[in-house]
Amino acid sequence: MKSRQRAFMLMTIPALILFFIFHTYPALQGIYYSFTDYKGYGEWNFVGLKNYFNVFQDERALQAYGFTFKFAIIATILVNIFSLVIAIGLNSKIKFSKTLRAVYFLPNILSILIVGYIFNFIFTFFIPDIAQALGINALAENILGKPDAAWIGIIVVSVWQGVAFNTILYLAGLVTIPEELYEAASIDGAGTWKKFWSITFPLIAPFFTINMVLAMKNFLMVFDHIMAMTGGGPGTSTESISLLIFRGGFEGGEFAYQSANAVIYFLVIVIISVVQLRYLQRREVEL
Amino acid sequence: MKKGKTNWLITGLLIAGSLLILFPLYLAVTISFKTPEEMGKSLLALPEQWNFSNYAQAIELTNFFQAMGNSLFITIFVVVLTLLTNSMVAYAIARNMHKKFYKFIFYYLVSAMFIPFPIIMLPIVKQTAQWNLDNLVGLIFLYVVYGLAFNVFLYVGYIKSIPAELEEAAIVDGASTWVVFWKVIFPLLMPMNATVGILTTLWAWNDFMLPLVIISDRELSTLPLVQFVFQGQFSTDYNLAFSSYLMALAPMILVYIIAQKWIISGVTKGAIK
Repeated sequence: MKSRQRAFMLMTIPALILFFIFHTYPALQGIYYSFTDYKGYGEWNFVGLKNYFNVFQDERALQAYGFTFKFAIIATILVNIFSLVIAIGLNSKIKFSKTLRAVYFLPNILSILIVGYIFNFIFTFFIPDIAQALGINALAENILGKPDAAWIGIIVVSVWQGVAFNTILYLAGLVTIPEELYEAASIDGAGTWKKFWSITFPLIAPFFTINMVLAMKNFLMVFDHIMAMTGGGPGTSTESISLLIFRGGFEGGEFAYQSANAVIYFLVIVIISVVQLRYLQRREVEL
Repeated sequence: MKKGKTNWLITGLLIAGSLLILFPLYLAVTISFKTPEEMGKSLLALPEQWNFSNYAQAIELTNFFQAMGNSLFITIFVVVLTLLTNSMVAYAIARNMHKKFYKFIFYYLVSAMFIPFPIIMLPIVKQTAQWNLDNLVGLIFLYVVYGLAFNVFLYVGYIKSIPAELEEAAIVDGASTWVVFWKVIFPLLMPMNATVGILTTLWAWNDFMLPLVIISDRELSTLPLVQFVFQGQFSTDYNLAFSSYLMALAPMILVYIIAQKWIISGVTKGAIK
């Protein structure tokens, strides 16, 4: 039995050490630097909580938080609505169900960076082209070039791609619901809507929880989409927190300052995820 | 399995919806074969002549084959190493969850899922540069290590559902823990290996952020990274850019067309556990 324990140790300890060295240690370092004025090179001093106070007074950082929250919340809600609707559709008695499933999952395998480039073109040329021909003035200009509308373009692309994965997760939940439940409900005279709210939705509640939490977490970390579509512009209107940390940290000589921002960002993500999990899981138990 | 009539209304709606997915790809394919003059006439139309010169130029401009080689190299090694090591870590954890130490490791790794990459981004770049890991080998290494957080979560759930009696028989026969793992457990993990393999492939192949910050040598660029040239000096040549984008997407699309049934069911299995 002793050799068995030794084997288990050998299986985990090296991985654990590597994980600590390449993940936890850099994270701790980031936290450490957040209390200094380190620029990424040269001399540095401790400055206490100064960076943290500054982040809260930094217009650009606050704007990045505002944009990221707005984006993440709307994208999460839209992705979940669309993927649930599509999953229910794919789970009903349809023709070509395998092919349709394959098509709807397709966006998930594509690089979001490249997809973003393609949509960038669609927003810049294709939509204005069509809109002009049809005389729709609202769409005749590239929305990615408008500071107050560019975020919509990013939402469109994020939803276009994000729906794929969540659809598959919902579908995995839907196939576990026995057909008899629906038949029994039909006999009792329940309509489609009633069936959805009293059978489908409660039974896939765990899938709803995991989809909401995962989607929210991923959208809060948005980076590739923005790099591909607006680069944070126009101005800084679509600058996400990840992008701000990347830019300020690498190009702006704000290593320590952006480390503080990253720590705040981390806390925000953890708090949101925990609150979401708690709230949604409580809902699961009640049902 | 399902009784009753086909619901044509839903079928129709789903087909209409799928056009929204296929349309951007259609646009990308047709534009990649056009000349700038042809684009001026109509964005929607099929190309008058299927013109491959954009592809030839894009291959040269982005050093396509080198980038694809780099991406392939990374993806293959990451997937193989991930499957071999992450499953092993998860096995040891899953079979010892009643012990405080292993329980701690489990929560330690899983909670790392919520650490946003930007918090480690700045220090890890310094660290990899100092240790000469700012290259493809370093990248492979980081993907395998960072994968632990999510993969251990997936594997542990699955391994728990494998009855311990299967292993006990082998242990009674005198097999060591290693033999038990490789001969009994690892083959049983195949459905979960498929899930982890697919998710890891997509991640390593499509990831942009990690190569962006770790790799500074242009020769070591991965496919997503080289598409960047079209944002700068060649930003107006869409025909060229689109042929390059398509070439970068093509390997994944090909694999997907061949293995889509398997890929979707693999991901679904990961979800149910």
